[in-house]
Amino acid sequence: MKTPPSARRIHDRAPWPVVVVATLAIAFFALPFIGLLGRTPWSDLFDVLGESRVRTALWLSIRTSVASAIASLAFGVPLAWVLARGRFPGRSAVRALCTMSMVLPPVVGGVALFFSFGRQGVFGRFLDDWFSFQFTFSVWGVILAQTFVAMPYLVLTVEAAIRQADARFEDAARSLGGSRWYVFRRITVPAIRPALIAGAVLAWARALGEFGATITFAGNFPGTTQTMSIATYLALDTDAREALVLSVVMIATSFAVLFGLRDRWMGAATGMSR
Amino acid sequence: MRFRAVFIVASLTMIGVACGGDDAERRQLDVMAASSLATAFEILESEFEAANPDIDVRVTTGSSSNLALQIENGAPSDVFASADESTMTKVADFLVPDYRVFATNQLQIMVAPDNPKNIRSLTDLERDDLIVITAQEGVPVRSYTDEMLARAGVIANFRSFEANVGGIVTKITNGAADAGIVYRTDVIAAGSRASGVDIPGDQNVIARYPIAVLANSTRRDEANAFIAFLDGPGRETLRDFGFGSP
Repeated sequence: MKTPPSARRIHDRAPWPVVVVATLAIAFFALPFIGLLGRTPWSDLFDVLGESRVRTALWLSIRTSVASAIASLAFGVPLAWVLARGRFPGRSAVRALCTMSMVLPPVVGGVALFFSFGRQGVFGRFLDDWFSFQFTFSVWGVILAQTFVAMPYLVLTVEAAIRQADARFEDAARSLGGSRWYVFRRITVPAIRPALIAGAVLAWARALGEFGATITFAGNFPGTTQTMSIATYLALDTDAREALVLSVVMIATSFAVLFGLRDRWMGAATGMSR
Repeated sequence: MRFRAVFIVASLTMIGVACGGDDAERRQLDVMAASSLATAFEILESEFEAANPDIDVRVTTGSSSNLALQIENGAPSDVFASADESTMTKVADFLVPDYRVFATNQLQIMVAPDNPKNIRSLTDLERDDLIVITAQEGVPVRSYTDEMLARAGVIANFRSFEANVGGIVTKITNGAADAGIVYRTDVIAAGSRASGVDIPGDQNVIARYPIAVLANSTRRDEANAFIAFLDGPGRETLRDFGFGSP
């Protein structure tokens, strides 16, 4: 993104204490990755990636994280719209409730899901009684846990975009006889498309990295509930090589996502640009 | 000026956190113990501290394989109690030789209270109407489970590989899973939240719990005192929790 000319100002250098501390902060983030990359068995990278356990976990992670991103979009966009445009008492409380899983330790989310939607959970017991269905140990449990922690990222991104979108277009469309649903579909959604993409990608990346809620709620079985993050954690005990290779894959993915989104996310989240 | 004050406060806080504010007189003894020892060691900790008021025991529990990994990476601990001998052998280089076996355990099939699914034997673990779970590879209870199933010629239909034996217990006591092989002591500790199905002696294995002092421990005397306590007054407590004597 180009800086608009009006924003140009004298380019002063930062005071040296700031530079020193900032450099330390950068090192703080960079060193762990350098250390990890240094220990990675590069020569066996493709051998390890080719192992069926690793491939199974990778493929499961891809499927479930995409499913979670889609679920986040399907439920998160209407939620974001209600939070941005709706007028009802307690809206801030609802927003806090719906985004809390972002700051909660994921394991707590997993425990909450386990006691609510587990086979003998407060609500889960009905699923078991009526449909003989249980989330725990199934791929649906993984998707549920991942969506639980990932959706807030989409909701906040999209909500910010809806807030800053020009509501007059919607008003105009309404005054020309468009139904509320038509306006939402044809005016609101296209106007916030960049935020939709950014939010969905962030939610997807968060779902891909989900670990705590998933293992607590869904268990761990190759091909069903053993995602890449779980495989990484457990492999550390048995085969550190595998843990390192899986970590490299996840780091590469996360970095690519954030790097690719750098302006879009910042713009949508801070409401400054675009 | 204000910035400087904030900086000083922050630094002091960090120093305080680093020092942990422990009282100077009590010497700290760090013990790493297998998950299946968790509840027994909680009691043993307070009994040992009552007998040795100048020692403060801190117990960390986890799967033996994970604790072993921490030891290999230089965890600053003093004593390691594992749920099997092979894990102990794996970290032999980091231990004061030799380890000694201080307790034994048997394995049982943990099921829901009063066994509503009527699980009677290892063969029942093949039933496809059951959700049977175990621990991931490398965890002692998994090795024991594999050994017993192989001996009985049973191919169980596992649905999940939990991180440690505690994960198996939680999933069964909360009704998410129907059965899993755990230690007899876990079934006893679960009380009314689970029942245990005995495994016949010719199929069962005896789990042996070794304990040792870590080579880089700076509290060897206290560590030896703790181990001696397990062989002496602690034996009674271990028995109460269902552990056997070697």
